[in-house]
Amino acid sequence: MSPESTVASPSNPPRSVGSVFRKIFASPLALPLIGLIVVSVLMGLASDNFFSVSNLLNVLRQVSVVAILAVGMTFVILTGGIDLSVGAVMALAGTIAAGLMVKMGMPAGVGLLAGLLVGLGLGFFNGVLVAWGRMPAIIVTLATMGIARGLGLIYSGGYPISGLPSWISWFGVGRVGIIPVPVIAMALIYLIAWVLLHRTPFGRHVYAIGGNEVAAKLSGVKTERVKLAVYVISGLTAALAALILTGRLMSGQPNAGVGFELDAIAAVVLGGTAIAGGRGLIFGTLIGAVLLGILNNGLNLMGINPYLQDVIKGFIILLAIYIGREWR
Amino acid sequence: MLRLEGIRKRFGPVEVLRGVDLEVKAGEIHALLGENGAGKSTLMKILCGILTPTAGTIRINGEEQHFADYDQATAAGIGIVFQEFSLIPYLTPVENMFLAREMTTKLGFLDRTAMRKRAQEILAQLDVDLPLDVPVRRLSVAEQQFVEIAKALSLNARILVLDEPTATLTPSETEHLFKVMRELRKQGVAIIFISHHLEEIFEICDRITVLRDGEFVGDSDVADIDNDRLVEMMVGRRIENSFPPKPALLPQAKILLECEEVQLRRGGPISSFQLREGEILGFAGLVGSGRTETALAMLGAYPAVRCKVKVDGQETRFREPADGLAHGIGLLPENRKEEGLITSFPILQNISINNYAKYRKNMWFIDMQKELASSEAAMKSVRVKAPNSHTRVDNLSGGNQQKVVIARWLNHSMKVLIFDEPTRGIDVGAKSEIYQLMRDFTAKGDAIIMISSELPEVIGMSDRVCVFRSGGIVATVEGDAITSEGIMTHATTGKARNVA
Repeated sequence: MSPESTVASPSNPPRSVGSVFRKIFASPLALPLIGLIVVSVLMGLASDNFFSVSNLLNVLRQVSVVAILAVGMTFVILTGGIDLSVGAVMALAGTIAAGLMVKMGMPAGVGLLAGLLVGLGLGFFNGVLVAWGRMPAIIVTLATMGIARGLGLIYSGGYPISGLPSWISWFGVGRVGIIPVPVIAMALIYLIAWVLLHRTPFGRHVYAIGGNEVAAKLSGVKTERVKLAVYVISGLTAALAALILTGRLMSGQPNAGVGFELDAIAAVVLGGTAIAGGRGLIFGTLIGAVLLGILNNGLNLMGINPYLQDVIKGFIILLAIYIGREWR
Repeated sequence: MLRLEGIRKRFGPVEVLRGVDLEVKAGEIHALLGENGAGKSTLMKILCGILTPTAGTIRINGEEQHFADYDQATAAGIGIVFQEFSLIPYLTPVENMFLAREMTTKLGFLDRTAMRKRAQEILAQLDVDLPLDVPVRRLSVAEQQFVEIAKALSLNARILVLDEPTATLTPSETEHLFKVMRELRKQGVAIIFISHHLEEIFEICDRITVLRDGEFVGDSDVADIDNDRLVEMMVGRRIENSFPPKPALLPQAKILLECEEVQLRRGGPISSFQLREGEILGFAGLVGSGRTETALAMLGAYPAVRCKVKVDGQETRFREPADGLAHGIGLLPENRKEEGLITSFPILQNISINNYAKYRKNMWFIDMQKELASSEAAMKSVRVKAPNSHTRVDNLSGGNQQKVVIARWLNHSMKVLIFDEPTRGIDVGAKSEIYQLMRDFTAKGDAIIMISSELPEVIGMSDRVCVFRSGGIVATVEGDAITSEGIMTHATTGKARNVA
């Protein structure tokens, strides 16, 4: 990305293997990648089945929901904010979509559209309160989390809404060739996010606000609009994740996605994005999400007690952050 | 009392200090001088244990010292007041002074009376009167500085380092600080004083030491030296006149920007001013007199009670700086690091950040080749000294950082630039370059509003000067009427038009 070769003076010594390595290690993606490789190798050693194509595709399919949530989360965290509502918004979007189809007998397309609108609407709500209301993001989205979760439970009476048209399952378990649909969706969403962040003025403004909001504002960036947009994006990715989850579960689950916001934040942070904003890469988040997924998968394959798994994951996140800090 | 010999410091391949000597006696105010980047701050960080020298010795009263950290230096009697204060804004002066070494009663609770008594003793020793029960954020900059000094003294500091203490003080506050410094000198404290204001050196200091590019240039008694010689020692060449010549203003110059009514506070004065093409309009006045606020209010970045602005004769209302940008009006803030630059960005993106309209492709995307070419051209036109445009801005000197901000706005076709303290914290050489850039800008018929606390700068650069006092403009002077006496008189005794 950086055209360093155009500015390098001819007196530069020829590149040694060492300098190539140094360059690779200087990338912010290096550390998450190393983590991913180390964990994969360990898992491969512990379980014969781990490196099979079907298991790897399965891992990717399993991580897709959290990975998609983490895209919106990356945008929000890059501006220096946070969005705790994504898990609850996802549940509400799925519940409303299913409810409109099953309980109200509406066409499936209307239900899916309504689900997306729920995500966009709650993202807009968060964004307006954070950007123009000048309230702390952590409080606003905590409140939205409660509101969305409560609305989903009220609407559904607390029970999953099943009986969806069978083709909805394509979003959750369908395949194109051997590639699961959620994996394709995830890849597309990450590509779009990368383009937005690195090829558009909007992306630059996102990084600028996280780097120094006052300077961005004074130099003429419309900071409020950009902040609104990142929360809307987060709501949108929550709704898209809901679509995949609903397809997989074949029902609208008001209790789905509890704690997913924390997994999404963990993916972002494991991917090397600064929690204070301004620095980070979207593909780091993808690596972070896959890393978490591999841990889940591998620990399951090894037959480790699920309660213990949470403890192990917690310590691995701490370790990763510690190494990441010492590295810089 | 204090003797530094042959201090060297190397950061990787760069040697920032190359054998520096410094000798300070008890009861002496010793100026440490040099342009930005000369190594003053590094030397002071070594003195107070934040950095360890690569070579050289530190002796206090003849005894060699090796400070592993700040606490050891403090224990050896060294106190430092940094440019950026290290006070906790929500704590009171007393709580700040005894932070992390609170006095306790026998039961382990805070002994508030004892701490308060000790604080009062120290402040009395400084002959300073401060409110002790309000959080320090409510105090003026000068008062906060006194708290810092008192904090250092409460640690029995015998060597006190003041790093550019006067940069943000008004003249009367500076006077008060000098009084305190003289009092400390009488008590035998050695003071190392860093300042860019040479007239202050002659007013208060006994001796000077000059550094240039990390090297010891020389030391001298203040009595044996004059201003020109001092500047020459600092920059290594004589600077005859750092201000570019003022061009003659057209009598019929068009009015670019007209501020008809600005009122910052309810019941405060209402001001108006006009900005004509090709001129530099100085905003002079004491710190806190409303200069910066007026400029920000115009751009919609400060909530003024009312603010009527006409651009090219058309009434306009700016809700945020982005609206100003759309009308060709830009601001270069006073605090470059906090308000001007996005420090996580390289030079390139700091220049292009508000200019994406210029390099779009396919409607929505950034044309990265154009961005690079245009930003590098802007960077070259202001002569930013950096390896390349991908250099991070936080590694640049103050002067180069300011040039990056200037490049950002020159990259636009702006009509009006507002420079807030354009050369604060910038060394002499870069200063004259920035003055020349400002004149180049106005030569094209564009105009500048220059907010400045430095009178020589106001006088040397402005075609007209608006003098501010307590929230409004009290006088506008022009041509030969721009004198330091005139401006200071208006700034300190002028009467603003008050409207209820």
